[in-house]
Amino acid sequence: MGVKQENGEDVLDENVKKYLRGEAPNLEGLKDKKLKGQLAVREDLYGKSAKAAAKIEKWLLPSEGGYLEPEGIEKTWRIKQESIAREVDILSSRNQYDIVLPELGPYTVDFTANGRYMAVAGRKGHLAIVDMKTLNLIKEIQVRETVRDVVFLHNELFFAAAQKKYPYIYNRDGTELHCLKEHGAVLRLQFLKNHFLLASINKFGQLHYQDVTMGEMVGNFRTGFGRTDVMQVNPFNGVVALGHSSGTVTMWKPTTAAPLVKMLCHQGAVSSLAFHPNGHLMATSGREKKIKIWDLRKFEVIQTLPGHAKTLNFSQKGLLAAATGSFVQVLSDFSGSQNYSRYMTHSMAKGYQVGKVLFRPYEDVLGIGHSMGWSSILIPGSGEPNFDSWVANPFETSKQRREKEVHSLLDKLPPETIMLDPTKVGTVRAARKKEKPTKEGREAEMEAAVESAKDTEFKKKTKGRNKPSKIAKKRKEIVEKAKRPFLEQRTEEREMSRKKQKSNMETEMPKSLQRFVRQKPT
Amino acid sequence: MKVKVISRSTDEFTRERSQDLQRVFRNFDPGLRTQEKATEYVRALNAAKLDKIFARPFIGAMDGHRDSIKCMAKNPNYLKGIFSGSDDGDIRLWDIASRRTVCQFPGHQGAVQGLTISTDGSILVSCGSDCTVRLWNVPEVNLADSDNLSDNLAKPLAVYVWKNAFRAVDHQWDGDLFATAGAQVDVWNHNRSQPVNSFDWGADTTISVRFNPGEPNVLATSANDRSITVYDLRMSSPARKVIMRTKTNSIAWNPMEPMNFTAANEDCNCYSYDARKLEEAKCVHKDHVSAVMDIDFSPTGREFVTGSYDRTVRIFQYNGGRSREIYHTKRMQRVFCVKYSCDASYVISGSDDTNLRLWKAKASEQLGVVLPRERKKHEYLEAVKNRYKHLPDVKRIVRHRHLPKPIYKAANLRRTMIEAERRKEQRRKAHSAPGSIVTESIRKRRIVKEIE
Repeated sequence: MGVKQENGEDVLDENVKKYLRGEAPNLEGLKDKKLKGQLAVREDLYGKSAKAAAKIEKWLLPSEGGYLEPEGIEKTWRIKQESIAREVDILSSRNQYDIVLPELGPYTVDFTANGRYMAVAGRKGHLAIVDMKTLNLIKEIQVRETVRDVVFLHNELFFAAAQKKYPYIYNRDGTELHCLKEHGAVLRLQFLKNHFLLASINKFGQLHYQDVTMGEMVGNFRTGFGRTDVMQVNPFNGVVALGHSSGTVTMWKPTTAAPLVKMLCHQGAVSSLAFHPNGHLMATSGREKKIKIWDLRKFEVIQTLPGHAKTLNFSQKGLLAAATGSFVQVLSDFSGSQNYSRYMTHSMAKGYQVGKVLFRPYEDVLGIGHSMGWSSILIPGSGEPNFDSWVANPFETSKQRREKEVHSLLDKLPPETIMLDPTKVGTVRAARKKEKPTKEGREAEMEAAVESAKDTEFKKKTKGRNKPSKIAKKRKEIVEKAKRPFLEQRTEEREMSRKKQKSNMETEMPKSLQRFVRQKPT
Repeated sequence: MKVKVISRSTDEFTRERSQDLQRVFRNFDPGLRTQEKATEYVRALNAAKLDKIFARPFIGAMDGHRDSIKCMAKNPNYLKGIFSGSDDGDIRLWDIASRRTVCQFPGHQGAVQGLTISTDGSILVSCGSDCTVRLWNVPEVNLADSDNLSDNLAKPLAVYVWKNAFRAVDHQWDGDLFATAGAQVDVWNHNRSQPVNSFDWGADTTISVRFNPGEPNVLATSANDRSITVYDLRMSSPARKVIMRTKTNSIAWNPMEPMNFTAANEDCNCYSYDARKLEEAKCVHKDHVSAVMDIDFSPTGREFVTGSYDRTVRIFQYNGGRSREIYHTKRMQRVFCVKYSCDASYVISGSDDTNLRLWKAKASEQLGVVLPRERKKHEYLEAVKNRYKHLPDVKRIVRHRHLPKPIYKAANLRRTMIEAERRKEQRRKAHSAPGSIVTESIRKRRIVKEIE
């Protein structure tokens, strides 16, 4: 009984740590007693709220997660979808299906954030939105052009399709709303939800960021690495990662033209990329048939798995789906040890080439887009069982959807908040030691000072006092004045260096002449 | 094998009837929300901007007096009423909600210098420069009467004539005595026509007097010889005196910490003292650019309001060195008296232009009945704004106040002068033997001496 209590308390402590969102600061070094008292009170409050949240998680959440427990000598990866379908209820077995549409090309899928709606796009121009709760087809259109990618914007009303020449934005009714000519021929699209930014990578390797609320192009960069169609957004911090044919993965943010990070991940080309929802793990797969799992805090490989993966995706609970050819495997890190091993596998018929795997949010379902249409299989334990109505509500009414749209627009983050470590917002920047400016720096400063001095405006004097020669003389004086501090600095430094040289020379004198060396006053 | 898959039935997660509220499910896991800090920052920025949009502190002016208003009194038992006395002897009782005069108390021949109300709210005591102290019955104003608010004229209950003009009056918080300030400090009883007791320490007139809210027998006075004296009635001799460099115009005791009082001084600062330890000020509140004329604490004890000769009213935190808020209008001239209303929501200022003005204590507060969800939203926005108010963008918006040009220029001038003085002091220190020049803290610098 006692042991059980300890276990329960351990779990509670871990959860409390999760809700505390970081370490408490060290208040010992503070000399300001008032501030120390105020911070101690605040830390106390944080502790209380974290404990309350941990207790709510333990007792008050309505649903429990899915699981798959083998019995006896059964292995989980040998269990087939048909046997799972026999054991679960009817509502869940409806989530397992194959839609076969062979004429319209390989399909990609995308889900809305609450997992309720799915957009599918066939390469030959077939676009459709399906309501997954009722398995209703909401709208389908044929655009009669190659469609390479489809992505939902902030809710199911809008989706963007990357068509042959430009990406287009459509309404839920299939009306074309916008044609985004600036992006060019886009290969992949991604939507950053908190910032309302549509990111795209096109045939020439150019990365575009567009704000879909006001339509302004926030960033537009040449990556310099050539054509690639591997692009993913890290949901934790909003950086866009691209995988290139040289094996490097680069990470970008909309406000700088140079990548934040360049990692050499694979010896061959990077074939796909996926991010764990907690933002610390990244899975990459390369042409040399290796799947690597990276820790993004240290940029180190945690695990290398053999196998080829054309597409990768992490679920909300941390399960990794990897698919190649017509074979899908799901890997799981049992007991959170970040050591991934086989959990489930699924083989489809030989001719089905898998193009994309995507886990459905808040459900134990994996959507597979392949060359003959799309399928959906059950993966117990992959989805988050308890949703938060204010974050994503699968049972949203239209009124709630409208309210949520307004609130998320009010909370729209500016693109400057995208950074590798999003917890640094509002913290104090560490004081950097003042570096001495280099010679070029100083020259540049002097040039800048001279330029600004030249730009001074003179008062217009009257009664014959406004002669051009006088003005020219005055201007020259001002420029000389601006240059003076830099020249003084230069002469000072020259003297210092001469003195140092002198002292060096003096110490190098032969021993017999040492007594004539001028001693520096100590 | 044991299998379970997430399956949610629609009935559990949606409402049954259209009259029901929508169901809300919460999961507080931080993993579900990304970029929380950036979202909070954006909300703080928007909250600061909305605050400024909704900041309309001026409610109205109460017009009626024919000369500048020198003193006010608030009735602790009746929130809606306030008394004011002006320089032509006119005392009026105002109804704050309708901003009209309920009753007039004519009788004083000269300026009314002080007003105060007894603890049970039934007797109004006024004193003036015509050497009289008058006691009045406070009329009971019911809701029925407020419809026909004709100017009722009241007759005084008693008139006591004394030897010299009076400058201020204050009533004991829990007793029967009131004290007047003039040539000396006199303690009176309601029924006696002569003072019960008299204190005189020093040669100059006393200009203000205040009883301590916590200790009914302690009172503090300030005099023209730049001193603040604390008296104890039980001892019949003065307790403590501190002499400063400039004279104190008014004193207010902190109702929640009755050992502390704040003095409004001629040198544009307010000094908070602990009455037990007068050798050093607890806090110096700087922000006015001209003499501070009057000061009143909020009933929460956390804030106080000051009115100054520079035509502004400022609200300070009880331990803050700078003002939280400034109120000014083109029409408001020198502010001679201020009062904080007893429900801590309003500030009333009486000024030279014969008007009493009613202001909100929190400029962007929503008056009236606030629904619980609205209140929670306001509290959340306040909290998130306070969390990020040190960041430059938010700080710029939160701190921004429009100042009238003369005050802005005067403040800059003061700052330049103080900076220059400080720099000179620093240079003197740097160029003299270490330890020969000692800088006194501002809390001590303005005190000349303390006398027991």
